[in-house]
Amino acid sequence: MSSRKIVIDPITRLEGHGKIAIILDDEGNCLRAYFQVPELRGFEKFLQGRHAEDAPIITPRICGVCPTAHHTASVKALDDLYKAPPPSPALKIREMFYNLFMLEDHALHFYVLSGPDFIVGPDAPRAERNIVGVMNKVGKELVLRIITIRKRIRKMMEIIGGRTIHPVFGMPGGISRPLSIEQVKEIRALADEALSLSLITLEMFKKIVLGNKSYLQLIESEAYTHRTYYMGMVDGKNRVNFYDGLIRVIDPKGREIAKFHPSKYLEHISERVEPWTYVTFTYLRKVGWKGFIDGENSGIYSVAPLARLNASEGMATPIAQEAFEEMYESLGGRPVHYTLANHWARVIEMIYAAERVKELSEDPEIESKDIRNTNFSEPSVGIGAVEAPRGTLIHHYETDENGVIKRANLLVATQHNAARISLSIDKAARSLIRKGEISDGLLNMVEMAFRAYDPCLACATHEYGSMPLSFYLYDQRGNLKKILHPNG
Amino acid sequence: MNKLKVAWYWCASCGGCEESFVDLSEELVEFFESADLVFCPVATDFKKEDVERLPDASVDVALINGGIRLSEHEEMVKLLRRKSKIVVAYGTCSSWGGIPGLSNLYNKEEILRAKYLDPPSINNPTHAVPAERTRLTKLGANLELPAFLDSLLPLNAVIDVDYYIPGCPPTPEVFKNALKALISEKLPPKGSIIGASDKSLCDECPLNSTKPEKILLKELKRPHETIADAKKCLLTQGLLCLGPVTRGGCGALCIKAAMQCTGCFGPLDGIADYGGKAISFIGTIMDYSPAEEEELERAYSKIKDWVGVVYKYTLPASKLGGRVRREKTKRQEEAEIDE
Repeated sequence: MSSRKIVIDPITRLEGHGKIAIILDDEGNCLRAYFQVPELRGFEKFLQGRHAEDAPIITPRICGVCPTAHHTASVKALDDLYKAPPPSPALKIREMFYNLFMLEDHALHFYVLSGPDFIVGPDAPRAERNIVGVMNKVGKELVLRIITIRKRIRKMMEIIGGRTIHPVFGMPGGISRPLSIEQVKEIRALADEALSLSLITLEMFKKIVLGNKSYLQLIESEAYTHRTYYMGMVDGKNRVNFYDGLIRVIDPKGREIAKFHPSKYLEHISERVEPWTYVTFTYLRKVGWKGFIDGENSGIYSVAPLARLNASEGMATPIAQEAFEEMYESLGGRPVHYTLANHWARVIEMIYAAERVKELSEDPEIESKDIRNTNFSEPSVGIGAVEAPRGTLIHHYETDENGVIKRANLLVATQHNAARISLSIDKAARSLIRKGEISDGLLNMVEMAFRAYDPCLACATHEYGSMPLSFYLYDQRGNLKKILHPNG
Repeated sequence: MNKLKVAWYWCASCGGCEESFVDLSEELVEFFESADLVFCPVATDFKKEDVERLPDASVDVALINGGIRLSEHEEMVKLLRRKSKIVVAYGTCSSWGGIPGLSNLYNKEEILRAKYLDPPSINNPTHAVPAERTRLTKLGANLELPAFLDSLLPLNAVIDVDYYIPGCPPTPEVFKNALKALISEKLPPKGSIIGASDKSLCDECPLNSTKPEKILLKELKRPHETIADAKKCLLTQGLLCLGPVTRGGCGALCIKAAMQCTGCFGPLDGIADYGGKAISFIGTIMDYSPAEEEELERAYSKIKDWVGVVYKYTLPASKLGGRVRREKTKRQEEAEIDE
């Protein structure tokens, strides 16, 4: 049998570079496609021996795009480790900071990374599907305004968190110092702008995307559909919460099958190791690992904006709630299995984040100086979780009595989504590679499927150029037969 | 003036260096007026063969961030060295190893075990661990991964490096300064650290006026144990702020948030071993007489992880090098004796 192997390399990044290998049969049809992550740094090991309070400094270096998610999950794990719940003002300032981060990260993704597919159009020439193309379509003035607001949000994060990239202000039991009156004033002024940014984004999304039937068809197409479980954090009323709450899991039919405190994650989540990739694949322990297949019998689940909305019953703020209802009415009710609906869900989350920032900024408690609880218990185990932009993030530390880490376990969004991403790749490859013909559509499809989950990966795509994909065709002995560069 | 041809490659990086570049925001336009990105996997169409096809020394500046952790990184930086006139280690990971360099405290097997066999959430009955080559017997094909190296190396352990830009990540300000230095008529001397300050962080610290001429400490504190006075030199409060031995240029961001400097901008000029310098500095501020050895010992024992405190960002470039390098050196020495 002369099977061939195609390697798409590198697709790049959440935690580094990415690779897709596609195995062809004699006829040149796709037998199986593999999503490989060739990247490993070993945080779980070298956290061992470190002071636990250093974890919020060390773990943000896992990802410089979402360092705030790691910092916050880590700090929450330390609250738990020392059994030192922070005073209410500290919690509110942390949550406000966290929502600012979610907003700016989602905005970056929408306008620079994924949005161009929709705003400029999935059929538009590749060279136009970037931020410049967005500018031409919606107007330079608006784009510059958006860039300015994002910059101001990031500056604001620096003021609260100490730094935007790799923040430092989180401490077990609270935060390092209170906000000054001037800082609170600035935050309040910005909150209105942040909200207007979200509303502009929603309007744009409705006009450009929902006003175009072919986009809707694309969202609903079978190629981008996987019937998996969904996971996300919810508040006491089963509404989306990024900062705190219980983790809720629904099945492909939308029924709640689990709702648990993050400290119980081991009862619900297992990780599978495959020797051909450095990333591990998480799955629902009680359903089990059945291979790379979707459906109710497979423990594969998804996280990130759409999964979060699927796993909840609504949004905790009014405008976001309206947008939530509109999305599910348009797409036929919960849960929605269309990967591309992540973009819509992301806009809804932007609105929620902005509304929540506004609510918290108006709270008189954020002016309080009561920001630390140093009444610590002897440390042993600490588990903390947040919803990162790309999904549920869990940090788990075990320490000795001096608060020195003995063991660390980190479950990041990429891992939760890795199996579903693999499904997307496999499905795209099987449907679009026929008789050795690699349709240019495959590239588009793979790109779009990826981008819906993973903006960091898409950094590679839209920032200043096009998707860095190349197809390598190998025979079964691994000899390179042909290289295809669909871009040119 | 001709536009600078810039290549940008990442190794074991978190992406923070790239994010800080994006944080130039509207000033990115100015950057692209003075430079062309000829190769940059994060931003443009990345093909290794394209780089291979370039004439040698045809790229003006290669910026390389992240430490060297995989065989793939090693290959790429060697290729880029050949193709570039100037190679710059961009950011602390590339310059000294950075935080992932703490992995050099453990060997490869221990790291793989901690990720794929030991975690409480792992279900791995076959003890599978990622391998460089996996044979898919049913499909008759192989899947390949780049090799995980024995240790993480700073860039200059693999190729010749011309300049260093410090920071985890370098701030947009530092990047702009460094770019200015690289396009100036007279290049800085080879081996220079560019873009940041040549003075210590204390020099730009807003709390510097509260720092006494001579600091004397009876007690060292771990940061979570105390609520720091945000208006007073953190070191005088017993917190191990490494500002005095760390290069400035960041704008004292952490200190403005009442958090001690952990040293991410690395050493000052002429200091070969950052952590060694930090330890010897701490020795000079401990307020105990030679007769009080026991009390001094007790004060030091408060800190349970000296490596993590003083070598957080620079272990792979240190004289210690981490356990892995020491074991390797030892093996080499033994081999020489055998001969």
